[in-house]
Amino acid sequence: MEVSARVSAVKQWLDERLGLEPVREFLAHKTVPKHSSTIWYYFGGITLFLFGVQVATGMLLLLYYRPTSTEAYESVQFIVAEVQFGWLIRSIHSWSANLMMLTAFIHMFSVVFLHAYRRPREVTWLSGIALLGLTMAFGFSGYLLPWNTTSFFATRIGTDVAASMPFIGEALARFLRGGDDIGGATLTRFFGFHVAILPGITTALILVHLALVQRHGISTPLRVERQHRGAGAQVAQLPFVPNFLVRELMAWYGTLGVLGCLAALFPWELGDKADPFAPAPAGIRPEWYFLAPFYTLKLIPSHVWGIEGQVLGLLGFGLLAAWWVTLPFWAAARDGALRVRLVTGAGVALIAYLATFSFLGYTR
Amino acid sequence: MVANRRGWIGWLVGGGAAASLASFAYPVLRFVIPPKVSEAPVNEVTAGKATDLLVNSARMIRFGSRPVLLIRISDSEYRAFDGMCTHLNCTVQYHQEGRQIWCACHNGFYDLNGKVVSGPPPRALAQYEVHLRGEDVIITKRS
Ligand code: HEM
Ligand code: FES
Repeated sequence: MEVSARVSAVKQWLDERLGLEPVREFLAHKTVPKHSSTIWYYFGGITLFLFGVQVATGMLLLLYYRPTSTEAYESVQFIVAEVQFGWLIRSIHSWSANLMMLTAFIHMFSVVFLHAYRRPREVTWLSGIALLGLTMAFGFSGYLLPWNTTSFFATRIGTDVAASMPFIGEALARFLRGGDDIGGATLTRFFGFHVAILPGITTALILVHLALVQRHGISTPLRVERQHRGAGAQVAQLPFVPNFLVRELMAWYGTLGVLGCLAALFPWELGDKADPFAPAPAGIRPEWYFLAPFYTLKLIPSHVWGIEGQVLGLLGFGLLAAWWVTLPFWAAARDGALRVRLVTGAGVALIAYLATFSFLGYTR
Repeated sequence: MVANRRGWIGWLVGGGAAASLASFAYPVLRFVIPPKVSEAPVNEVTAGKATDLLVNSARMIRFGSRPVLLIRISDSEYRAFDGMCTHLNCTVQYHQEGRQIWCACHNGFYDLNGKVVSGPPPRALAQYEVHLRGEDVIITKRS
């Protein structure tokens, strides 16, 4: 039998058993809108790709990592010093975590500025915000795992902030720490969050998010939509397979190139083993994506109008978060018209706040 | 000509993809191979006081990461054998009534020289040197 004949025989065999024909049919007809802002639409996919990198490298790290306060640091040291390519795998996991945070933020802000959250995509926005929160939780829990000085104190500060929340603070901090203070119990717990609970929830939510994106199709930016409506024309479409897919794969490949360079040229540091009885070293600060709130809390005086400053700050953040989460709902006026200027202004203001306070938090 | 160029591009893309995949697979394969852990080699252990062990009884001694079975044969004679069965590495035990070494996993028996008496074990148990240093029983590797 000729090769092509054999291939088609195999295809037929699979088709009969798996029913792939509708899938192929669907992919052949799926299209995405084509316009000058298309580039921003790649960041969701890149974030997804980086999550895949995290899962793959995370599973590899699990082969050697030991989640106890006596062994964690030594096991990571073993990974970077003894295991072949261990330094690279760990460095990729750390760098990719940071890039993933960055691309998730870019993705979110492009959704804001292209107004892709607008009806009927409000639930897609909510699931996306939840995913961003989960990514931060991944970063926070993973950061403690090497059990080094900076991670130990950053986690202590982070859970202390949680403890100062009104009403639920104490209970929440105890839940996070698995006890009254950071210790072996916290490490076990964070490990469980990091490698089992968060991956499970995140995977499920990613499926929901993608299903919603598929359900509603990719949105067309307002500007493009208006131009075409004026001209009475349809928005140009790009076939998903192969045109969009190949571009997306190229974006992933480029991302991998950047990631590989960063991981190989700037191997992630391990630092010193955490010593709960040593004083906190100067210049302790959290990962960059927690810097803005960290610095804000540092600025608030200890008491404002008789309320504890920390509590007030947290209330402020709560309101800010609630305001941001509900963006699609206040973005539309009663008559359904979009408050484009208001949303864009809010996006710019939030970026300005995050950028300045992160910068100040980093340099002071 | 066009077909030819398409063929070339196909080969280039396919080759690039294959080379990329190989460059991902190689570090991963090397990573999953556990590195040799250099444990400090143990050549000698102290197995407690000579009087602690009754005649015709035995005790399991930790020799580095291996179990060693120390048996007191008579008032003055001690013997020690590797505690791991030569069949499938179960840990053996001393059988007082039969005065033999017994492996419970597949009913393997060894005599007090470590030789196989019955059952599936293919080889004799390795023997260790035992001597007394004052009150202490000392076990050493046979050179
Ligand atoms: C299924 C998915 C994942 C698994 C199984 C996993 C597993 C691990 C393990 C075993 C460690 C400890 C080793 C080490 O510290 O080098 C670790 C560290 C870490 N993980 Fe993950 N991880 C996963 C996903 C993620 C994601 C999605 C993020 C990011 C947002 C992330 C961020 C981190 C960070 C920041 C560290 C600390 C790195 C360090 O300083 O060494 N992980 N992870
Ligand atoms: S393992 Fe000892 S007899 Fe099978």
